[in-house]
Amino acid sequence: MSRLGTITRRGFLIGAVAIAGGVAFGVYKIRQPVPNPLHPESGTAMNAFLIIDQDGITVVTGRAEMGQGAQTTLAAMVAEELDVDWADVKLAHGPASAAYYNGALMEAAVGGADYERAEWRRNVGSALGEVGKLLGTQITGGSTSMRDGYGKLRHAGASAREALKLAAAERLGVSVDTLRTEGGAVIARDGTSLPYAALAEAAAQIDPPQVEPRPASEWRILGTELPRPDMMAKSTGTAGYGIDVRLEGMRFATVRMNPNLGGTMVRFDPAAALAMPGVTDVIDLGTGIAVVARNTWAAFQAAQAVDINWGDAPYPADDTAIFAQIAAAFDDSPNSTPRDDGSAPDGPMIEAEYRLPYLAHATMEPMNATALFTGDALELWAPNQTPIAQRRAAAEAVGLSQDAVTVHTTMLGGGFGRRLEADYSALAARVAQAMPGTPVQVTWSREEDMTHDYYRPAALARMRGAVDDGRATSFDAQIASPALTAPAAGRMMGLPMAGPDVAIVEGAGDQPYAIPHYRVRGYAAEVAIPVGFWRSVGSSFNGFIHESFIDELAHAAGRDPMDFRLDHVRPENAVAAGVLEAVRDMSGWDRPKAPGTGRGVAMTWSFGTPVAEVVEVVDEGGRIRIARGWIACDTGVVLDPGILRAQMEGGMLFGLSAAVHGQITFSGGQVEQQNFPDFDSLRMSGAPMLETRMLSNNPHLGGGGEPGTPPAAAALANALFDLTGVRARALPLETQFDFVL
Amino acid sequence: MSITLRINDADLTVDAPDDTPLLWVLRDELGMTGTKFGCGVAACGACTVHIDGEAVRSCQVPLADVWGAVTTIEGLGTPAAPHALQAAWVRHQVAQCGYCQSGQIMQAASLLAEIPNPTDEDIDIAMAGNLCRCGTYGRIRAAIHDAADALQEDTL
Repeated sequence: MSRLGTITRRGFLIGAVAIAGGVAFGVYKIRQPVPNPLHPESGTAMNAFLIIDQDGITVVTGRAEMGQGAQTTLAAMVAEELDVDWADVKLAHGPASAAYYNGALMEAAVGGADYERAEWRRNVGSALGEVGKLLGTQITGGSTSMRDGYGKLRHAGASAREALKLAAAERLGVSVDTLRTEGGAVIARDGTSLPYAALAEAAAQIDPPQVEPRPASEWRILGTELPRPDMMAKSTGTAGYGIDVRLEGMRFATVRMNPNLGGTMVRFDPAAALAMPGVTDVIDLGTGIAVVARNTWAAFQAAQAVDINWGDAPYPADDTAIFAQIAAAFDDSPNSTPRDDGSAPDGPMIEAEYRLPYLAHATMEPMNATALFTGDALELWAPNQTPIAQRRAAAEAVGLSQDAVTVHTTMLGGGFGRRLEADYSALAARVAQAMPGTPVQVTWSREEDMTHDYYRPAALARMRGAVDDGRATSFDAQIASPALTAPAAGRMMGLPMAGPDVAIVEGAGDQPYAIPHYRVRGYAAEVAIPVGFWRSVGSSFNGFIHESFIDELAHAAGRDPMDFRLDHVRPENAVAAGVLEAVRDMSGWDRPKAPGTGRGVAMTWSFGTPVAEVVEVVDEGGRIRIARGWIACDTGVVLDPGILRAQMEGGMLFGLSAAVHGQITFSGGQVEQQNFPDFDSLRMSGAPMLETRMLSNNPHLGGGGEPGTPPAAAALANALFDLTGVRARALPLETQFDFVL
Repeated sequence: MSITLRINDADLTVDAPDDTPLLWVLRDELGMTGTKFGCGVAACGACTVHIDGEAVRSCQVPLADVWGAVTTIEGLGTPAAPHALQAAWVRHQVAQCGYCQSGQIMQAASLLAEIPNPTDEDIDIAMAGNLCRCGTYGRIRAAIHDAADALQEDTL
């Protein structure tokens, strides 16, 4: 209660940060419905989520498709209630609109550890989530799409079904009780079948009845492995990513911005670039340039030919100085203390320091956006996770009102949090402004993409702990990392933010362990390197820190790391203990290991979902193969086991790739890594075989996209310790171990 | 300079500087966007196409050096008539974001042309140059085995 009270007095709680200055919206305004933004050329929009036409239904989700399959499962929620054949369901993202506000983002952030969050607190969060309508939180992120959509989309389907039945009852002159729905039609007792398309227009005039969604026991579509409607397009090169937008008369362009991030441009000379074949324009963007050419490659070549003097970066020049600046945060008072149980025991303490690097998102599709500026309007095509933030950024970039900007959200070739930002849209808008009437696609080179990211922040941790009689008596973590949530959330909401930074401590200060002295303190470092949300955010580093140090305590206590975890987790939370027991069973943890084999386990509760992972490593003639991995998760409800498994396994591989290879380092004020050879990921040949078990004991629906990532690095590092006796306290691991890749 | 290329069984004339990589000729000059740009340095495999049946990184082949008939993902199969690999990709629900999958499928097609019934190790070696940031490797491997079986049944 105290934390919520403190923050709400300071301002308005949102995403665990407060809007500085306070923004007060009357309840009457929050309850006002948002107008339906859909005006289809054919068919009928039943509500903001559903269009019915002759060919079936289109579910408009307002959520990005970036690989995670959210559109598919959201559409399945509607289809389940509406009794339509899955083959007749189409997916669409839809426009930028407050109608697609994400309420779960705020619900998930109302303070306290998720596993012990009280119902009243969830209800406060849910009510607060409604404010998203006014803030325009149309955001695909935070593993919230299912949690946000679970109520909305099933209700949208159910109320549309009842409205269609009412329209049919009136047309047939029968009681609505005598009607049923099946295969996209309302069917009367005498067998008369009225397809939805014939009823939709009349049904849309009916005030939609409010009915409860069907119980899970009656589901026929949800809970099954559905074929994704986007799969054939993605297998035949016909899916339309942002980079695939082709418009009549479109030109191709690229940008080259100051690699001293945040620095100015002193001068530039475009002469050599303009002399190159196919190059038409070099545009001054203030802190960099754009080149327009006949094709993207010509633009890439010419951008490198522009002679530029760059201003300096506003942060220290190299990693040594940058990490010193992060470490200096330990000298300040804590930014937050999310856990402070008991007091430190007497006696010797086990101490360790952990260090994690900055990371790039490195989506397979490099940053890009396409824009057409016509003087009083701007049309934007962008692969993005935040359509309203894109609209705002593009409008501000060219001095138009937001109403004058239309955003088309394309398919995303990966997001991982990078496409929550809107820098690529703002730059495309400015390039388009320089060539009114001509559409222009601005594609970043891989080098530009990797050296101009909003990076996963680096982190340092100072750990102290103690064990006695086989149990942990103390776990005391101090974690320092550049402040992330306030600046990043502020960019997304278009509002200044303040307040304690949950990203620094999440994944450490909210874990379901019972330890007598259990303290976690976060320290916010001031480093002017751009940072942003990276798949699993703070849990991406805290999962490694927390679960590696638990492993250190287990070994110090002379205990099996699985037993040791379960002894501390079982008394605190049975759901979390369940995922540990599942991976214990799946991995054959209690069976003797083959010689030259090491196993490690880790468990992190993040984004509403506990995930335990076991990694098995094998010595192959002095080199180490990451051979196998086992995952157990508990999202409460498994809405699509095929998609959830893909997210868990993809999330784990994302974490393992970062653990093995990932680091962004600075030299001379610039990012050193330029392309995949310097910032690699696991390839098929080095990736483990994975198995996943999905449990349903969690009383609340959990997220799916991110929770697979946090335990991965620790499970691997703990396995490496088991095999080699070497404890990895810094990432990446390739600098310390020789892997078979 | 004007060059005529044989692409997906059609003759297409391109008037572009002869050092322009095939990738950008396909994508920007000809509007064939199924082949993807990922890195520009042959490190990710997203731009993989076939030249005379051999998998190549199109970002590294200048227009003037295209030595034979080009097949892109659009020429391998279509949603209405997918190649055995594309059908297997759908059966196994391989793709997540899908951006790398054109390249993965073209690489796999050249593997199966060379080794009709590959082992896991054959697949690992052939596919190691194709990066996937979503982590779909397990399903890719399963789909390649499945497609290999389907193709062999067709020939029996």
